[in-house]
Amino acid sequence: MKEASPIYGLMAEFEQPAQIVAAAVAARDAGYRLVDAYTPFPVEGLPEAIGFPRTRLPLIIFIGGLVGCIGGFYMQYWCNAVNYPINVGGRPYNSWPMFIPVTFEMTILCAATAAVVGLFALNGLPMPYHPVFNVPQFAQASRNRFFLCIQAGDAKFDLPSTRNFLDGLKPHAVYEVQP
Amino acid sequence: MAGTPSHPSNDFAELEPAVLAPGHTFASVTDKISAIVLTRPASRGWWFGLVVSFSLVMVLLTTITYLLVVGVGVWGINIPIAWGFAIVNFVWWIGIGHAGTLISAILLLLHQEWRTSINRFAEAMTLFAVACAGVFPLLHMGRPWFFYWLLPYPNTMKLWPQFRSPLVWDCFAVSTYFTVSLLFWYVGLIPDMATLRDNSRSRFGRIAYGFLAMGWRGSARHWRRYEVAYLIMAGLATPLVVSVHTVVSFDFCVANMPGWHTTIFPPYFVAGAIYSGFAMVLVLAIPLRYFYGLKDFITDQHLQNMAKVMLATCMIVGYGYGLEAFMSWYSDNPYEEYVIHNRMTGAYAWSYWLLILCNVAIPQILWSKRARSYVPLLFCVALVVLVGMWLERFVIVVTSLQRDFLPSSWGMYSPTFWDWSMFLGTIGLFFCLLFLFLRLLPAISMSEMRELVEEVEGPEAHAH
Repeated sequence: MKEASPIYGLMAEFEQPAQIVAAAVAARDAGYRLVDAYTPFPVEGLPEAIGFPRTRLPLIIFIGGLVGCIGGFYMQYWCNAVNYPINVGGRPYNSWPMFIPVTFEMTILCAATAAVVGLFALNGLPMPYHPVFNVPQFAQASRNRFFLCIQAGDAKFDLPSTRNFLDGLKPHAVYEVQP
Repeated sequence: MAGTPSHPSNDFAELEPAVLAPGHTFASVTDKISAIVLTRPASRGWWFGLVVSFSLVMVLLTTITYLLVVGVGVWGINIPIAWGFAIVNFVWWIGIGHAGTLISAILLLLHQEWRTSINRFAEAMTLFAVACAGVFPLLHMGRPWFFYWLLPYPNTMKLWPQFRSPLVWDCFAVSTYFTVSLLFWYVGLIPDMATLRDNSRSRFGRIAYGFLAMGWRGSARHWRRYEVAYLIMAGLATPLVVSVHTVVSFDFCVANMPGWHTTIFPPYFVAGAIYSGFAMVLVLAIPLRYFYGLKDFITDQHLQNMAKVMLATCMIVGYGYGLEAFMSWYSDNPYEEYVIHNRMTGAYAWSYWLLILCNVAIPQILWSKRARSYVPLLFCVALVVLVGMWLERFVIVVTSLQRDFLPSSWGMYSPTFWDWSMFLGTIGLFFCLLFLFLRLLPAISMSEMRELVEEVEGPEAHAH
């Protein structure tokens, strides 16, 4: 089973954001699917180029906000109108306009929490170990270099031909990524 | 990214000072900002500032200890003036915090590129200011160890908070504000934590920053979700910041107290909050860029823009003061009329006229472009505004409570030593946290600065 996963993949290093977008498009066009790009800042057009046009995150945030909104209002209604009704000068128990500020704050709180939890969960963070960090030059990915990684698990991956393909994209260098 | 409208070599840039000095690359912005944390030794000035502010933190702790032992009677509060410095300082601090959220969230949504280099420390300012603010109502409760009674939790007394009370709204608003500001700040920090992890020379630094970076590796998929999350959180923080000071103003204006019971309070409080917040950002940014050589990133254009925001909010609060006086006359209500009359001519008239001087008269100098461009003057105006906004809250709290409906419940208020020591102590806490922040975390967002380089410099930015 040595061939199964001798390496994690091959990684090419680029110096310009425009180059990495072109490289990612070329890799998709060549039929590679398990492709990821690593950049020091969000590069426009890159998620689409590696085949990741949309994220479900807004839906998660919306559900979080909805839960906060309904839950926040119901909490006040139940506390002040059902479980322990307080008669304040004959005003209605369900004095809903007075419940709006807390409902609003709970909406924002739950939506923002859902945004952060959803971001971490979908990104699979925290992740203490990842093979890409085995390339010493990868430290530059958080400074000024752009990396394209084609994973060995890709159906079309073949070490010599994929290396040839990456070399053809005129990168600064190509590295093997240890698993 | 198609056009480079603010390219420094075109004619337009000559007229308008740039938001980033020309010639920077991805590497140079990263290295210059991370150097403050990673390589540059702590300067004498930094140690001096830390020691002074840390001493004031000790003053704060001493005051709190004495307060807990003896009780809130150590303050100058009394009946009728039960709020005193505690609420004055609470409103002042929380208002200062608001500029941080405004810069980081609202200006992001409005595509104001100049926010990039000031948003990180403005957000830090928000967190520290809200922390300082929180101390006051907590201790003003008298028995702060029962603070959790404000929260709805099942208890043996089978009681719930009174959700029709603005004080409960305040508890929810301020705690939500702190939590969301912290989350927003942390999410913004994650890519920079990865940069520090990858560039730190010490093992401890790599572990500590690596822990905080949570394994961030800059994948394009992650960036996509990150941008979506960041933008939506900015969208959530924008109405939140408006709601927080609105709720703070409800603490006043839901009451029937003359001088408080007015519908102009919410907008005028929000504008005042932004006013004092921008003044504080200027007070912090001017020394920061001077001492750390960050004039390339926090340019004169930033100071100009902030001065303009201050001038705009100055006009709004000035309108607020005018309308308060007008409404008291127009209402034909003797109590309302008397409160304004007492503010202008009574025992605390000095505070009212000093407030008008600091908040309305002196900042008018910012109409002049020369005054806005002269940095020492701008710094002084910002300090004056901070004093003025503090006086505004003093006037609102003290002069209204001092003379209400019945002459039998009239009183006077004078702060004690412990009032002042507590106020000074929170200023110390604020600056102490800020000094630590400057050395431990990147004061300017490196990932956003790289993005700005890409937009401003275009394809040349890759050089070395």
